[in-house]
Amino acid sequence: MLLTKDRKLKSKINTMNTIENIKEQYQQLQSANGSSALTSIEQKAFTAFSNMGIPTVKHEEWKYTRISSLFNKDFQFAPGRLASSFSKSDFDALHLPGFENANEIVFVNGVYNEALSLIRSAAISVITLEEASKNEHSTIVSTHLGHSSQYNKDGIHALNTAFVKEGIFLHVAKGKVTEHPVYIYHVTDARVSNILSQPRTLVYVGEAAQVQLVETFITLGNSESFTNQVMEVVVEQDAVVENYIIQNDAAHSHHVTTTHFRQIGKSVVHTVTITLNGGIVRNNLDMVMEADRCEANLFGLYFLKGTTHVDNHTIVDNVNPNCLSNELYKGIINDQGTAVFNGKIYVRQKAQKTNAFQSNKNILLSDHATVNTKPQLEIFADDVKCSHGCTVGQLDEEGLFYLRSRGISFDKARSLLIHAFAKDVLEHIKPVAIRAYVEQLICERLELN
Amino acid sequence: MKTDVLKVERAEVDEDRRTIERAVQSEYKYGFVSDLETDEAPKGLNEDTIRFISGKKNEPQWMLDWRLRAYQLWLKMEEPLWANVKFEPIDYQDIIYYSAPKQKISLNSLDEIDPELRRTFEKLGISLDEQKRLSGVAVDAVIDSVSIATTYKEQLAELGIIFCSMSEAIQEHPALVQKYLGSVVPVTDNYYAALNSAVFSDGSFVFIPKDVRCPMELSTYFRINAENTGQFERTLIVCEDKSYVSYLEGCTAPMRDENQLHAAVVELVALDNAEIKYSTVQNWYPGDKEGKGGIYNFVTKRGICKGINSKISWTQVETGSAITWKYPSVILKGDNSIGEFYSVAVTNNHQQADTGTKMMHIGKNTRSRIVSKGISAGFSNNSYRGLVHIGKTALNARNFSQCDSLLLGDKCGAHTFPYIEVKNQSAMVEHEATTSKIGEDQIFYCNQRGINTETAVALIINGFAREVMSQLPMEFAVEAQKLLAISLEGSVG
Repeated sequence: MLLTKDRKLKSKINTMNTIENIKEQYQQLQSANGSSALTSIEQKAFTAFSNMGIPTVKHEEWKYTRISSLFNKDFQFAPGRLASSFSKSDFDALHLPGFENANEIVFVNGVYNEALSLIRSAAISVITLEEASKNEHSTIVSTHLGHSSQYNKDGIHALNTAFVKEGIFLHVAKGKVTEHPVYIYHVTDARVSNILSQPRTLVYVGEAAQVQLVETFITLGNSESFTNQVMEVVVEQDAVVENYIIQNDAAHSHHVTTTHFRQIGKSVVHTVTITLNGGIVRNNLDMVMEADRCEANLFGLYFLKGTTHVDNHTIVDNVNPNCLSNELYKGIINDQGTAVFNGKIYVRQKAQKTNAFQSNKNILLSDHATVNTKPQLEIFADDVKCSHGCTVGQLDEEGLFYLRSRGISFDKARSLLIHAFAKDVLEHIKPVAIRAYVEQLICERLELN
Repeated sequence: MKTDVLKVERAEVDEDRRTIERAVQSEYKYGFVSDLETDEAPKGLNEDTIRFISGKKNEPQWMLDWRLRAYQLWLKMEEPLWANVKFEPIDYQDIIYYSAPKQKISLNSLDEIDPELRRTFEKLGISLDEQKRLSGVAVDAVIDSVSIATTYKEQLAELGIIFCSMSEAIQEHPALVQKYLGSVVPVTDNYYAALNSAVFSDGSFVFIPKDVRCPMELSTYFRINAENTGQFERTLIVCEDKSYVSYLEGCTAPMRDENQLHAAVVELVALDNAEIKYSTVQNWYPGDKEGKGGIYNFVTKRGICKGINSKISWTQVETGSAITWKYPSVILKGDNSIGEFYSVAVTNNHQQADTGTKMMHIGKNTRSRIVSKGISAGFSNNSYRGLVHIGKTALNARNFSQCDSLLLGDKCGAHTFPYIEVKNQSAMVEHEATTSKIGEDQIFYCNQRGINTETAVALIINGFAREVMSQLPMEFAVEAQKLLAISLEGSVG
């Protein structure tokens, strides 16, 4: 028996209501639906979930983020059958700016709502994963669905995969540049009770195709919501994918999002993750560069208030030579906010001539704010350029003094400096409407107008 | 035509790589075995072993109780598995926990030392009496489980400095030992520390009284000699108000096919305005080229800056050991205290190192600085693992960390695991890390100026490690440079 760091830290399975409920749902769904191509994936994941349970702080990847206590609460979970009064008029109030020109995909309580969704681009098709596993896309589904579980070995990820049939398959046709961005809304209708939702998406971006994805999370009502979302994106040769995640949900909404990119051909991926509000938020972002000469840009901004807890875990895995990755995460933490950052860069032995850069910068604005950051490099090739850096500090005193000496109040000066700090990340949001929207949110927070 | 040029270029690159590979081939020079008669405890670990060790040293009851308590706690603990190292599980019943060169009575002077023993130390380049005359370094020599000789004792005693073996300290200064032993590294701190607390056999004890600046470097030389033994030494250094000491530690072991365990504990206590500088040149046997044998170096080192304005500085040059698991840490409790960590870790062949530091900021205006340089060659893996923790009370704390890795060859690995936890808004924490190889342009630059590739590699490695090397005391800097040269043979001209 070898002693390895990878030996699984088994966490005890909570015997709480929510977990029991989930298990019951699973059994019911399995017997109701009969078996299909996806059944074995679900079964494997469910066994993994039963063995591992919800990760506790003893799990190295969850050292600073405590989600197991959430499962002590009573969350309603009934994939596909949970009644929701969420209507078109409810949705009308939730559109992101620029929606007139966008494809819209709506999930309500984790389930794709076809009636509310609208696909404008001919290059894009959306079907359920169940369907996709039976038609001409079946090889794509069988090859790529569930790949993210190799990078997220924990119970919460397995839990999503155990209900994968409810997910959707988004296909971007070969050689097409989609002019309309794709807005993905994750709506949780918690007006009646606490809701657990588990959206699942597999995106396939064909050769030389281009697409912009914008994801946002919305909780309705005053009950708590918990969204455990997984999106896997397969990127083919010469494709360009942009992905924006905007999290400005209520303080009683919790999220675990996993976004998993698999670059199987020379391609470019550009991501920006913005977190402005929420309860406990955990974002996993994996960038697996399986082809030569891939490029990836990972940007993130978290601006926290209240007791929001944000945990960004990123993985950049360089498998093949000549790849480039650029990562910049910036954070401003106020009140009792807690920010966690863990950035991993792996450079495999074959991945010579890799350039991988990573930086994490944090500003603490309050005495009760906490930052835990861990920029991690694991390198097995010698001809590489890798660097990482992280800082934790305050606003520049000289900058503040400069502004104050010109008659600007302390609060205003502070806001201006924070705004400038955030700008480095905001300018990487390419859809103009979305950038303006996020800027607006930040300016409101800073009372700058 | 173009392919020819490419071919030539390729050949040149290959040649460079081969030179680098040649440059990092090395032989371990301290692998001999001395034929010393030894006095050993029976193999295995149980309460009787602990009673045996304690009895051998004629220890008071409190010490035995302390050991037994540690043993009971150890039984309930689990081996830590989080480090980035791989090894077969250790059979703790297959180790001899006490081994001492046979020597009848305590010695009055160095002349009475067993000549074989003395030859051993001469071979290691530390001729005890010569050292005494020339270099002005006080040495405590520890072979296997016991301290053999301590030089310069009288001169130091005149200043009120106590520098002796741990066994002697337990006999002669029990109050001090009782007060400080286990105060920095508690028995329950971790698996290996608990094991050490139960079975530690010897080590050095240093006490610097108030207002005394220790006039010379204090040094301990550790040597594992006997077969199947483990070495478990315990070092305790206490610096009272406004005192200063610089302490050096070196270690070697013979070449053997089986793995031997070395689990030491070092505790440093710095009171108001005191300063402790602790330097280590670790050169345990690293195992052969196939990764067979070598020492498992599982060490717990921690210092506490207890008083205001105190300072603790760790400097380490790690070239040996099959596996290194070592995190010299500083608890910055006193206001305005300073913690420093300078490290060069070299791994070659199949060596694995997981090393770094912890800086725990508690007091106000505390500062820490971390400089870590990892060099990996062959099939080795070198990890930096560090924690910078700024507590709620640590107003205006400041930290700067830098960890650079140099990879020689494409079969080795470099890893960085820096943990940064900040709970105070006035903190300033910076961390930066880079990974690189020796650039072809750097070598070309040297070649162009008539420096051959081998010397160029040496120059570059030396330059890479310079920042840490310059922190070592003079006497050690020379040895450390030599070690770097031996470890990456032929590289230092």
